[in-house]
Amino acid sequence: MKRRGFFKTAAIAGVMMAAGIVGQAARAADTIKVGILHSLSGTMAISETTLKDTALMAIEEINAKGGVLGKKLEPVVVDPASNWPLFAEKARQLISQDKVAVVFGCWTSVSRKSVLPVFKELNSLLFYPVQYEGEELEKNVFYTGAAPNQQAIPAVEYLMGTEGGGAKRFVLLGTDYVYPRTTNKILRAFLHSKGIKDADIDEVYTPFGHSDYQTIVANIKKFSQGGKTAVISTINGDSNVPFYKELGNAGLKATDVPVVAFSVGEEELRGVDTKPLVGHLAAWNYFESVKAPENDAFIKKWKAYSLNKKLPNADKAVTNDPMEATYVGIYMWKAAVEKAKSTDTDKVIAAMAGQTFKAPSGFTLTMDKTNHHLHKPVYIGEIKADGQFNIVWKTKGPIRAQPWSPFIAGNESKQNM
Amino acid sequence: MCAWRAPLMLVVLCLAPLQAWSALDAGVIKLLGSETTEDRISAIGQLAVSPDPLAAAVLRGLGEDSIYRLEDGRLLIVNSDYAADAATGARVTPVPETKDQLIVNNRLRKVLESAQAGGKLVSPDRSVRLGAAGDLQTSAGPAQLLLLRDARGKETDTVIRGILDLAIASASLRSDSMQDRLSAVQFLGEHGGAPAKTMLNALALAPAGGGGTEAEVRLRTAAQGAIAAIDRRLARTELVGTALQGLSLASVLLLAALGLAITFGLMGIINMAHGELLMIGAYATYVVQSLFRQYLPGAFDWYVIAAIPVAFASSALVGMALERTVIHRLYGRPLETLLCTWGISLILMQTVRTIFGAQNVEVANPSWMSGGVTVMEGLVLPYNRICIVIFSLLVVALVWLLLNRTRLGLFVRGVTQNRWMADCVGVPTSRIDTLTFGLGSGIAGLGGVALSQIGNVGPDLGQSYIVDSFMVVVLGGVGQLAGTVIAALGLGELNKFLEPYAGAVLAKIAILVFIILFIQKRPQGLFALKGRSAEASS
Repeated sequence: MKRRGFFKTAAIAGVMMAAGIVGQAARAADTIKVGILHSLSGTMAISETTLKDTALMAIEEINAKGGVLGKKLEPVVVDPASNWPLFAEKARQLISQDKVAVVFGCWTSVSRKSVLPVFKELNSLLFYPVQYEGEELEKNVFYTGAAPNQQAIPAVEYLMGTEGGGAKRFVLLGTDYVYPRTTNKILRAFLHSKGIKDADIDEVYTPFGHSDYQTIVANIKKFSQGGKTAVISTINGDSNVPFYKELGNAGLKATDVPVVAFSVGEEELRGVDTKPLVGHLAAWNYFESVKAPENDAFIKKWKAYSLNKKLPNADKAVTNDPMEATYVGIYMWKAAVEKAKSTDTDKVIAAMAGQTFKAPSGFTLTMDKTNHHLHKPVYIGEIKADGQFNIVWKTKGPIRAQPWSPFIAGNESKQNM
Repeated sequence: MCAWRAPLMLVVLCLAPLQAWSALDAGVIKLLGSETTEDRISAIGQLAVSPDPLAAAVLRGLGEDSIYRLEDGRLLIVNSDYAADAATGARVTPVPETKDQLIVNNRLRKVLESAQAGGKLVSPDRSVRLGAAGDLQTSAGPAQLLLLRDARGKETDTVIRGILDLAIASASLRSDSMQDRLSAVQFLGEHGGAPAKTMLNALALAPAGGGGTEAEVRLRTAAQGAIAAIDRRLARTELVGTALQGLSLASVLLLAALGLAITFGLMGIINMAHGELLMIGAYATYVVQSLFRQYLPGAFDWYVIAAIPVAFASSALVGMALERTVIHRLYGRPLETLLCTWGISLILMQTVRTIFGAQNVEVANPSWMSGGVTVMEGLVLPYNRICIVIFSLLVVALVWLLLNRTRLGLFVRGVTQNRWMADCVGVPTSRIDTLTFGLGSGIAGLGGVALSQIGNVGPDLGQSYIVDSFMVVVLGGVGQLAGTVIAALGLGELNKFLEPYAGAVLAKIAILVFIILFIQKRPQGLFALKGRSAEASS
């Protein structure tokens, strides 16, 4: 009892201190602070660094046009260094100390899962810009990336069709954490529903930062002797570079064993010689090669911004799907704040429902009224020799996300918020 | 739609010669420009048998993504310096602005490859012929038999002849004659590899078309027998493959650990910044690469050679500076050394991050290190791995010579075995310490060059190798170069033989457990120093 008493006092003291800080912050607030939570170092830096820069570019653009509600946006950038517990710590720091109104951030699902409790506890707002495994729907999060039915499932359907080569066997290859494991669980259930047996599915995982893919590539070769095989890669971060290098050197061609990746875009391919990789695939909701006036403008802005800020390799700057999703997210948040006339979390959440934005992907994207996910188009692209993608398949228009995959039992009752 | 386009078309039409000396059938061009893949496949089929050189140019253009469709349905071949009408071969200037690239997906590319393979089989370039023969091995049908036999007759290279024989047999599998099919199955059973197995699988399961029921059964049993024979050969190949992969991993481990074998093994310094010395070597490679790209693009392929001394020197200099300023003051205090060098590793990482950015930098393989050599049917050894194995052997030999055949090596051994006695006979121990540490660091730099060719180069590169390096040195026995070599080899092979069964994650765990148990049993490692000096230092 005594101990509980102590905690109570401590809690009251904490609340009073917090209240004091809020008071100070309120007096000083002629800007709206916006948190940016992306790894700028470590294994995920290859993917996340550009998202930070995209967010800064969008913020600069918004400020140049007068900001939001007459106030300038002030970005607060932190580096959680690909360290998952550090994500939670940094998120708490952004919300409690820096008093940001919203956070744009995270790439890996494990980092998102790590910050979720913080956002729920402090009732703040996270915009998550990357495709992910679904099986989650949080009031405090808006998912501007794809759910499995907007990326993984169409990609596998394509591979099984005539155009994709009519694959009969599948290697599910991923980095060992929640996103690949859950995606592969959904894909396995999906493949079962299409009559593919367990013997024709090979599930392989590697640790983060794995760099020796000799055995795995040799095993893929061996597995492909049993029939037309496709590889579904959910490898994340810089492991993709050694994987694709090994694939190219081992002479495994896309016409024989196509590899479709869900976390490899134009940015990740910058570090790889793409000539041996021609024809391998990626599924996204946006490619730099999408032909649309909005996309041309987006690419032009990004190239100019990279050169202007002297980002590394600015002369070869490329755009990719999570960058587009970050960009869309920031503009949707701005529109929602303007509609709600406040940055209050609950009011913004209510105002987000049904927001639309003319996105670089060439479509007007809509935030679903209930499930916090965007309606997005799906593109499947084949890698070209110059590191860009040839779009070989696309949906007619944006499709609605199903965060709770219908292929996993027990999800039928969980469609909406 | 656009007013300017009509006059432009007029200009284009005027420029086209009135009498085209070679022209492709308009129907073929229309099929090729169609939206459906089936139409395009049939167009490619027609182009492949056309004797017109323009047809070959169109096929080549398709493979290079350089065929474009105009709004009026005409197709253009667009190269960097000119554009030509695909139907007539006439030059088109200026190149119209609005045009769609004709996208070739994997399915079309496969058809395209086999359509072009016929022409490539007679190419004077050996590698082109080899690639074409490989393509035909899986895709050839009875229609191409004549062409294959012809090419087989003219071929002089034994490797390509072997592949062509397999391709002929594969093509005969779909022949109408029962006897042809049966002999093809037997031939594939004796000589075929993985691609042949894929085709025989289909034959063994499904009823083979044509012929009577009895013949089918005979064929199917023959196919099953052939598959079993191929499986036996593949199992052998796999064993050799795994052993070679283990060797390659071992060479990487060895290069990463060799520097540490000197600084930790011989000198007894727990150097937590060893990984960062590897990283500095890798970044030195990157810098040399950038310099070559900028100033000597013609000699770009040889930048790796130039990077070797640069990486050695930069890592050695950093190492010597560290030794002079910090480590040298901490001899005999292992705990403080550990903490200090760990701090140094953080400083080095952050410095590199500040100079080069937190993101990985791209280090490209030179062209002679890309690709691989086929050692056995179905077993490709990548050139970069082969180079690293050779490189690691060279470095080991060099270090061994340096330690055992030079005056410096004599001093190093003297100082590590009995510092006071060496001091008494006039060896400048402090300078030898600096040089030895520099040598160990420089060799770490060489390891960095090798690592840059297979993995990522980023500020965290060292972190992923430091544990492995310590593992190798401790397992091998502190103070022993031979132990380090054997331990690297053992760990590499063990890892690769475990990985197919346990997966990459479990294999790593199993190795760590094995090392813990081994060190329990034999704390001194595989090879231990014997004699007084070892007892004195422990």
